[in-house]
Amino acid sequence: MSITFFLNNQSTTLDADPNMPLLWAIREVAGLHGTKFGCGMAMCGACTLHLDGQAVRSCVMPLSAVSGRHVTTIEGLQSKQAKAVQSAWIDLQVPQCGYCQSGQIMSATALLETNSAPTDADIDGAMSGNICRCATYPRIRAAIHAAAQSAKA
Amino acid sequence: MSNDLSSPRRIERRVFLKGAGAATVTALTIGFEWAGSTPRAQALAARDSFAPFAPNAFVRIGADNSVTVISKHVELGQGAYTGLATVLADELDADWAQVRVESAPADATRYANLAFGKIQGTGGSSAIANSWLQLRDAGAKARAMLLSAAATEWHVPVGELTVDKSVIYHSASKRQASFGSLVKKASALPVPQTVQLKDPKDFKLIGQRLPRVDAAAKCDGTAQFTIDVEMPGMLVALLKRPPLFGGTVRSFDGAATLQVPGVVKIVQVPRGVAVVAKSFWAAKQGRDALKVAWDDSNAEKRSSAAMMDEFRRLADQPALPARKQGDAKKAIGDAARKISASFEFPYLAHAPMEPLAAVVKLDAKTCEIWTGDQFQTIDQMNAAHAAGLEPSQVSIHTLYGGGSFGRRANTVSDYIVEAVSIARAYGADGTPIKLQWTREDDIHGGFYRPMYFHKLEAGLNAQNELTGWHHVIVGQSIMEGTIFAAGMKDGIDSTSVEGAANIAYAIPNIAVDLSTTKAGVPVLWWRVVGSSHTTFAVEAFIDQVAHAAGADPYTFRRKLLEHEPRMKAVLELAADKAGWTSGPLPKGRGRGIAVCEAFKSFVAQVAEVSVDEAGRVKVDRVVCAVDCGTAVNPDIIKAQMEGGIGFGLGAALYGAITLKDGRVEQSNFNDYRVLRMNEAPKVEVYIVPSTEKPTGVGEPGVAPVGPAVANAVFAATGKRVHVFPFANGEVARS
Repeated sequence: MSITFFLNNQSTTLDADPNMPLLWAIREVAGLHGTKFGCGMAMCGACTLHLDGQAVRSCVMPLSAVSGRHVTTIEGLQSKQAKAVQSAWIDLQVPQCGYCQSGQIMSATALLETNSAPTDADIDGAMSGNICRCATYPRIRAAIHAAAQSAKA
Repeated sequence: MSNDLSSPRRIERRVFLKGAGAATVTALTIGFEWAGSTPRAQALAARDSFAPFAPNAFVRIGADNSVTVISKHVELGQGAYTGLATVLADELDADWAQVRVESAPADATRYANLAFGKIQGTGGSSAIANSWLQLRDAGAKARAMLLSAAATEWHVPVGELTVDKSVIYHSASKRQASFGSLVKKASALPVPQTVQLKDPKDFKLIGQRLPRVDAAAKCDGTAQFTIDVEMPGMLVALLKRPPLFGGTVRSFDGAATLQVPGVVKIVQVPRGVAVVAKSFWAAKQGRDALKVAWDDSNAEKRSSAAMMDEFRRLADQPALPARKQGDAKKAIGDAARKISASFEFPYLAHAPMEPLAAVVKLDAKTCEIWTGDQFQTIDQMNAAHAAGLEPSQVSIHTLYGGGSFGRRANTVSDYIVEAVSIARAYGADGTPIKLQWTREDDIHGGFYRPMYFHKLEAGLNAQNELTGWHHVIVGQSIMEGTIFAAGMKDGIDSTSVEGAANIAYAIPNIAVDLSTTKAGVPVLWWRVVGSSHTTFAVEAFIDQVAHAAGADPYTFRRKLLEHEPRMKAVLELAADKAGWTSGPLPKGRGRGIAVCEAFKSFVAQVAEVSVDEAGRVKVDRVVCAVDCGTAVNPDIIKAQMEGGIGFGLGAALYGAITLKDGRVEQSNFNDYRVLRMNEAPKVEVYIVPSTEKPTGVGEPGVAPVGPAVANAVFAATGKRVHVFPFANGEVARS
């Protein structure tokens, strides 16, 4: 069965089991590897991508649910907020092992796209679903504040 | 390792892994100490006008001015690639903007960890420490050869030349030449036997906050991990393992599995039954449908609570001495006041963010492995055994590891051997097979930090001086039964007692005893190893002793560290920066301190906590002071302290693997809790300036945070923490 949706703004048709989690359809069928597998039950956020602009966990979302909708992965980030987040991440040297960082960046970007000046509590609310075992949390927090500043300018 | 450029298979692979960047093992690495003299090297140079200058196993300089540092250590997040490249590039006087890093092949003759002897591998926070002189020497020799090439070309003495950012200058004649332009000439020169290393005051890169070489690729999704490896015809395998440790396959029924579209084959291997399929999703559905009958006759069937009961009993039985100084028993017996405590530590999973995975391509004569490999030499040996080959027939492509925390440094190479066994059972026909673990496989998978029980007694004399210290440790050995068992002395596994047997406090009578237990649960080193429990016991107990002596816990420690200047200095720095002497915090809040030496580095931390009416602990701030010798990259050291604190704190507050009748009770991040953003404290890190040789930073930051927090909880509530984890445990219950 085939499902058609917009993947990083390109109309894309994937011929795959509609029950296949979106994560695996993106990784193994569409061949985009930036979105990571971490837990398979929406507990860690490594698989976070944007569905119609909202941060969602792709490991528990069936491919069929995105028919006709817009999916954005780390490879397709374009917004001013996204670029600000990515450059703040590099400026503040956030990544260690790096495996969770695609998901962290997707969650942070979705936060800034809806809230241009998040407080620490807003950051806790938006980011607590994304685990980092290297515990880069203090730098993630600082990078989100820095990105909010630079995206405003 | 074959580096034959003419092999179509190799060129093919480079195409497949295109974009893998630093993680790709390139085919262009030329042999050890190559000076362009061998016929093969000359042939290569003749064929390829861009032949690089590769004076030794650690650096290659291209005609395009690129400087490629070959890392013998895996990049797991600890910053090894950046730190190692910094050390070499500084002596080379290279332009940092032109420096890139790639992973070394598995080859212990060239790439052994000098701290491990003849084994190539990463661990014990040793990457920079063991490479320090080796890479400085490699960089300095390459520089000397480039200088010599320029001097010959310009007919000037080498002494008149200077180097800055990959360019050689002769100021008198106003001539300059880039490294790249001298590659061909330098390649024809002999490698110098000895070379003068820089005076540390002349370091240009060491000590700077250079950006990580892997940061950009880890911010745009292009960094390549094992899960991202793809090759034509590659299959994905998931392995169904026994639910109890030590269980084996009795029989299996794969009828339903074979009905799943995409499932290719079911194979039985020593560790279970594998479903090999065209995709992860097919393999996962196939494994879910697989019915396996297990033989549990030799399996571990005890509960962890029952094991801890046994540990408590063993703590009162005779044990082996790990340290004996004076007569602790008599000193405590004669003491004016006796203090005692016990501490319980659970099994802990490492749970790196990247679920374990390995890609294996096996045929009758070769076994190629792609993974975030941490123990190349041991993995080569174990993989060869599983494949029925010689270690020399096993090649390893070391990719980025998505975290490890000790998990990948596995003496039995568990997940790699599984992948090789599956490839062999599949037919060893050259089909690439990726073994992928799920998070449940990881949490259930064993190789945990062992469970321990600690019992301590101390004696104070009439002047409130600490005169006797007796520490008993009960738990499973990490090294026993492994290839590291030879390192055990008189039955003592040093990883069980490190941080306790070498207690730094000046106490006249010390006894540290070890009772080693047996269990069918596989165990392994977990970030900071022994100090993950011993530092807690020592630092929580010394706090209790200080309190009993009516002394401030900081000044009490400080007095006992008069003869330990580096340890004392970090203690003082942390206390000073945390405002220790500024008076107590308001009601419901508290400050605690702890200090340790681990992997030859010294770390002190002060934690500030709030405890609410329900007993919930929130860590507000951690101030950390570290002395790790020469600070190669202060920002990476700071990052390792921040990360170590978060890792240790998550375990102290929430981490536990428990067994019920042999079955692991946790399965994923819902019930194996780790630290999250809303629980992460503010962290401040201060580095003690030092010209000592560099020591470890990946692990030491983990050790003091647990006891610092527990001591802060005591300051806030008057309650001591004795059982881990404690956020939802003892404090809340009491």
